[in-house]
Amino acid sequence: MQNDIQWINNALGRKIPLNIDGRLNKPFQDVFSDATQEQRGRKIKERAVQPSAISQRQKPDKLVASWDELFERLDIQDGATISFHHHLRNGDKIVNEVVARLASRGIMGLTLAPSALFSVHDALLPYIKDGVIAKIEGSMNGAIGAACSHGEIAQTCILRSHGGRQRAIREGDLPIDVAFIAAPCADLFGNANGLYGSSACGPLSYAKPDSEYAKKVVIITDNLVPYPCSSWSIRGGNVDYVLNVESIGDSSRIVSGTTQLTKSPTQLVIARLAARFIEAAGLMKDGFSFQAGAGGISLAATVFLAERMRNAGIKASFAHGGATKILVDLLEEGLLDSIIDLQSFDLDAVRSCAKNEKHIESDPFSSYGPHANGCVANMLDIALLGATEIDLNFNVNVVTHSDGILLHGIGGHSDASSGAGCTIITAPSFRKRIPIIKEEVTTITCPGELIDVLITERGIAINSRRDDLLWSAKKADLPCVDISQLMHDVYQITGVPEKPHFTDHPVALVEWRDGSLIDTIWQIEE
Amino acid sequence: MSIRDQFEAGFVSKSDCLVKYQATAEPLSIEVHSSVQSLFGNAIRTCAMQMLEEFKVTTGALLVDDDGALDLVIRARIEAVLRSAGYLSQKRLFVDASSGISWQTGVSTIESEKNASRAENSASLDGGIERPVCSLVKQQARLYMPGDQPHFAINADFYGADILIFDLEDSVPLARKFEARILVRRFLENSFLFRKSERAVRINPLSTEESVHDIAEIVPAMPDIILLPKCESAMDVERLDTLLTANEEEYGLVPGSIRIMPIIESAKGVLAAYEIARASQRNSALCFGYEDFSRDIQSKPDIVKVAHVQDDGSQKVNIQLNPVSSIDSLLARQIIILASRAADIEPLDSSYSDIENTKGLLNSCYEARALGFTGKSVIHPSQIPYVKKAFLPSDEEVQYAKAVIAAYEESLKAGKGAVAIDGQMIDIPVVEKARRIIEESMHAE
Repeated sequence: MQNDIQWINNALGRKIPLNIDGRLNKPFQDVFSDATQEQRGRKIKERAVQPSAISQRQKPDKLVASWDELFERLDIQDGATISFHHHLRNGDKIVNEVVARLASRGIMGLTLAPSALFSVHDALLPYIKDGVIAKIEGSMNGAIGAACSHGEIAQTCILRSHGGRQRAIREGDLPIDVAFIAAPCADLFGNANGLYGSSACGPLSYAKPDSEYAKKVVIITDNLVPYPCSSWSIRGGNVDYVLNVESIGDSSRIVSGTTQLTKSPTQLVIARLAARFIEAAGLMKDGFSFQAGAGGISLAATVFLAERMRNAGIKASFAHGGATKILVDLLEEGLLDSIIDLQSFDLDAVRSCAKNEKHIESDPFSSYGPHANGCVANMLDIALLGATEIDLNFNVNVVTHSDGILLHGIGGHSDASSGAGCTIITAPSFRKRIPIIKEEVTTITCPGELIDVLITERGIAINSRRDDLLWSAKKADLPCVDISQLMHDVYQITGVPEKPHFTDHPVALVEWRDGSLIDTIWQIEE
Repeated sequence: MSIRDQFEAGFVSKSDCLVKYQATAEPLSIEVHSSVQSLFGNAIRTCAMQMLEEFKVTTGALLVDDDGALDLVIRARIEAVLRSAGYLSQKRLFVDASSGISWQTGVSTIESEKNASRAENSASLDGGIERPVCSLVKQQARLYMPGDQPHFAINADFYGADILIFDLEDSVPLARKFEARILVRRFLENSFLFRKSERAVRINPLSTEESVHDIAEIVPAMPDIILLPKCESAMDVERLDTLLTANEEEYGLVPGSIRIMPIIESAKGVLAAYEIARASQRNSALCFGYEDFSRDIQSKPDIVKVAHVQDDGSQKVNIQLNPVSSIDSLLARQIIILASRAADIEPLDSSYSDIENTKGLLNSCYEARALGFTGKSVIHPSQIPYVKKAFLPSDEEVQYAKAVIAAYEESLKAGKGAVAIDGQMIDIPVVEKARRIIEESMHAE
């Protein structure tokens, strides 16, 4: 079968399959030209119009008594696609539970379409080996990513950004048979949110497209409240079944909770430099907006940036992305007008999201939708993001490590980069002994034309497309370095790493936001 | 030599490696395990083979258990086990004049060449270039790093310290001293890692045998400064001076190029402070070491705080005491300041040990500055910005710096060339210094 694959080099020179597993692919052309849509009028997947099972004068009965009843009513077949959200993060119990129950019912060849997986989901590995799971369309982290890299997943997997996933679901490229939505708070009608209850996790953003376009939608809750549940992140009108269980997650592991400022001196140096750069480049002006991830450097950079805002008497209009205590404090202090939240990283953020009207729960269409008429990312002045590798053309890799193993999802990385006025990558110039700047990244997840600045402890490298930024940085005596000089300086310290050895067997495809293929991930040579 | 046949150095921890050498009659074998195996496995093996060749090792088993150590670290660890096993480098022979013991180190050819070029640089000092003159060197923030843990040192040049101190004394257990000084020597040899900060080594006290080994190992790698702990008399400094000169001459270095910072941390030392300060031309500062001093004079500064709380019976009491250690060390600190100033060198304060307490740290820095100290040592890089904030610019300095920048930008706008403020010409270095002052004053977080 693999012999029938037609290969082509895309616009970035990456080899991608035009057809695979019966799927036709478009090569990546350009960041903003839409490779998947011939015309402007785009197809939006209509939810298969089925006559509602609810007659007009009947109170709907969606509540199922048990997992068994649920699966009997769902009637899932071999090869079905099931989806999950990742708001419960490493505390999630539902993905493992559903897969285990389907396996015990003898279901095979499932496609898993989670918005992300965490190490708690390493428990899925046996089901991958047994063929219960044949394919994953979604981020693959840790051991599951490694299994994919070693060719252990039967079919070719697909990696998408949060925006890309939303687009694929909306436009029918990722048809979901059943969406299992773990909900910390829900009523018997299926209205649900993540704000209240012992498993509260904040927004349920990433489950929203699933709830709108999946053939069947199931709410699984451990906090069934009387109708109507207040605040409808998930609208009951989209929901088919509601299941009440003991627990949907381990609440102690739902929040990653790193509100402590990093102690890593290198991270602190980078974070300070990033804040300095943002001010020097004139990006820190009244009403500006930013997105910073929840990594150590991003959190510290936010703290240092806030200090500069305080000193200069400047207020930001909004922060976007994952919410943390640090952002909540800024919101309450008045340095931030609002938070647009896609997922809460700690309990302070969860509480704030529940009580503060300026803490807005978003969804991937509104935040990152590539085919929306603009999204929050387009309103961003600054995106402060990380990377596992960056190359001399500023192409970024966030999914594979330098040894070629798949270890992360894309998250909102390419979506935020595409929209923000200035995209800044912060990263140490090497981790342990592994340089992050390379002649060529192992996998391209975001083209260099969208990356404006790289900030490392060894200085700031600015994309030559952004002479304006270079000029401002130099004017403020910031330590500017040429990216290739920086690479060679680091090589002098670390030595030049060997290249990973791959087979010619593709294990995963990386989609650009528009659905075109930007790169291929290859099986590791054993 | 003991009859051991198994030798070990290093740790399996981030940026380090554990190296084991089993002395047997079997033909040489090398085993490498690494968390970066697929990227650097061959490089590590090559490095190990070069070291074994350099030490002419033909038998035994070498094991490298690596977690992303840099080449220089791997070499240091291998050198340590091979020298422990009695092997000698074929590159260079050292003879310790004082003890008559033969020393050999694993200085590789390339590193020796680098040293040579460093020596040339320092030779050109006479011409007034390259090395900053002592009095212009900033000594405000001195960062201590445990000498046997490489990950602290690798990026240390970027933490903003004026001086990086590789510690061979208190932070290194006796059993690790040997491998620590080899590691420190290798870091010093790779001088390209330290372009911004000066490099110092705190050796062991002269009362110990270790100190002689420290000096013999370290001096060829040309540190900028040697810190002498537990210094109690002018004689200590004179002895170190003589030892340094002997070693400098032996390795073809310019005598006197290595500075000395005596650390005073005992009652005796305080009482001899002025003699100590004047004991050598190499002295560039007197350092105070509070922890040992407090132990030496058997002071109990905490008792005051505890008593206050108990007397009041409430935890809320706001104790109006000086926050730091000044009660028991105030006189000592002042004597050190007087002695230093009288000898025309800088007085530098002890470190602040509570890393989490940034307010306390800032207080302690302001207090030190108020007393007359010009700098402070730090035990964690995160403390550096606070020391900088407390020590560098006063309000007047900041105002002046702002005026400089304003005048400079005005002149740029007007298209004029040079400008002057209060008669001082404003050129680019002055503007840069002004920017740095503003930066450091505003953004210590």
